[in-house]
Amino acid sequence: MTVAETVFLDTLLAPRRALPAAPTDWLKARRADALERAAALPAPTVRDEDWRFTDLSPLYRLQLQPASGGSIDPAALGLFALPESSARLVFVDGRHAPELSTRSDGTGLVVVPLAEALESRGDALQRHLAAIARCDADIFAAANTAFLQDAAVVIAGAGMSADRPVHVLQVATGRETAAHPRVLIIAEHGAACTVVEDFVAIGGIGYFTNCVTEIAVEGNAEVRHVKIQREAETAFHMANTSVRLERDARYRNWSVTFGARISRHNLHIRQAGEAIECEVDGLALISGRQLADTHSMIDHASALGRSRQLHKTVVGGAGHAVFNGKILVRAGAQQTDSAQQSRNILLTSRAHVDTKPQLEIFADDVKCAHGATVGQIDAEEVFYLKSRGLSEETARNLLTYAFAAEVIEKIPVKSLAQALERTVLEHTQEKQQ
Amino acid sequence: MIGKDAPMLLEVRGLAAKINERAILKGIDLAVRAGEVHAIMGPNGSGKSTLARAISGHPAYEVSGGEVLFQGRKLLDMPPEERARAGIFLGFQYPVEVPGVTNSAFLRLIYNTVQGARGKDELDPLEFDDFVREKMRLLEMSPDFLDRSVNAGFSGGEKKRNEILQMALLEPRLAILDETDSGLDIDALRVVANGINKLHTADNGIVLVTHYQRLLNYIVPDYVHVMDGGRIIKTGDKTLALELESRGYDWVAREYRAANPSAQAA
Repeated sequence: MTVAETVFLDTLLAPRRALPAAPTDWLKARRADALERAAALPAPTVRDEDWRFTDLSPLYRLQLQPASGGSIDPAALGLFALPESSARLVFVDGRHAPELSTRSDGTGLVVVPLAEALESRGDALQRHLAAIARCDADIFAAANTAFLQDAAVVIAGAGMSADRPVHVLQVATGRETAAHPRVLIIAEHGAACTVVEDFVAIGGIGYFTNCVTEIAVEGNAEVRHVKIQREAETAFHMANTSVRLERDARYRNWSVTFGARISRHNLHIRQAGEAIECEVDGLALISGRQLADTHSMIDHASALGRSRQLHKTVVGGAGHAVFNGKILVRAGAQQTDSAQQSRNILLTSRAHVDTKPQLEIFADDVKCAHGATVGQIDAEEVFYLKSRGLSEETARNLLTYAFAAEVIEKIPVKSLAQALERTVLEHTQEKQQ
Repeated sequence: MIGKDAPMLLEVRGLAAKINERAILKGIDLAVRAGEVHAIMGPNGSGKSTLARAISGHPAYEVSGGEVLFQGRKLLDMPPEERARAGIFLGFQYPVEVPGVTNSAFLRLIYNTVQGARGKDELDPLEFDDFVREKMRLLEMSPDFLDRSVNAGFSGGEKKRNEILQMALLEPRLAILDETDSGLDIDALRVVANGINKLHTADNGIVLVTHYQRLLNYIVPDYVHVMDGGRIIKTGDKTLALELESRGYDWVAREYRAANPSAQAA
């Protein structure tokens, strides 16, 4: 281990000394267990198969400070407002900011910070919190759980259908600080809800976001989950999303990556019952020296499961996109129907993408399709637009926009989809440099 | 309509073009005056579409000889977008799909780009909406078409109507329509052909590239050219198209080889 790695791990785990006592015994035990794991695990390097394309040494060189939970002007959040949302929970550097949050207005949905949830819904939390995300192999997920004292909790009660989205806004204000945002979403039997996780920066520079999101989708329930990563371009973003689905459940995910110097999203979906459907769309639009890594794992553990995955990247400058899409079909998971597509556009000769579909199939009656393309914008398409009078630049921008928009336009929160489309349009031009 | 004193629009002189070092066009001569309709016919692989794309500036074709003048300007020196702004329109055989961009936004973008380049007024979204809906009636298009993504999921007929709608908006002096009739059922063919006829004036020229005669039942050509092996091997009037329909292309090629023994080697 290098000196930088050693010092980084030491400062990453330092907050344990100042951590307030856990309010319940079970949470105390889970935190202690996670801390033990985190202390035992090494910092990942490119020598690890799972990290071979993603060099974290710039992260390890940070002089990490604990986040102080800076104050922000509420007006500055206007930019990120979602008029459709029924409730908004705001976290500043990982700490709940009640003065910036708006409570659920009579939709029946539980949208509360952890402390309240522990009091009112202790049983549900004990079943799911720090029980879905795995800490045994991932030091970052382990560190997040070890310091678990605040979280956004969303619970859709059995049979209820919430049409309006819940907005969980994570705001970074720190300089070389580490924050450990945490989210738990529970859709009880037959319930449906939509949650937008939005990572933004107001003043944050060179900070480290280490977030964990756990999602429990009970029988015949549905969760629509949007994750928008628009961190500062000097930031580091480490995300673990773990989803557990029960019989006849549905999970829909859109993950959009614009920001961060280095970002990694581990998306782990477990189909733990029969006839489960999940659909996962990803988009990374990066440039400069940005690196965006998505490692997904869809675990078909039972029969009759269906999964659809589309992962798109647009890489400009000397950017680097990584996609590793694992589909696991276990022995009992007969009649699994799975399709995965990875499509990538390189805007410059210095842009780089590593994409790897990874199928592991242990059942014999399954349908698993996958494909990956890496290329430039299609010359025939450019010619079509130029033959209509558009300049080369406009033609390329329009086609890049269209490529990205295929993912964004399906996001079920209209104001967010429109805002993201504008961002794509504005950035396409500069992202080519 | 042939007018002897009508201004010359397009002059193609000895045009030769190749793709990946393979010669496709081997010396094309073609003159189109304002008001004229030309049909270019010929078997698959004869070079018809290449001619259309070379005139429009497709980058895959390398021009290896000859020249092309458009209203006296040297066309081959101009990139495709300048040719379009100058008044050349290519109707694609396979129009490209652009998912994520609505037709209304796309059509207004190309309209205003070309208007701006021609020093004419651009339209704001409301003005454009009225303008484009009027043009859409010409092609019997349903209004929901404006809200759909450009060509994405369109039927063959819808794509071709969209091509002619773009022609209507851009008001080209010369429209080259590449296999506009392919993939159309008889009703769609009638609508598309009527649209083209309404857009045809004494000031513009139309070049129809087609494999079949049936389009020419609706749009009557002044000249019919037969292409084979990268050359125009016969030119006639509209009766030539009917003769081709009943007798096929072989006899034209035999006649040409008999008259030009040297061409066989090429």
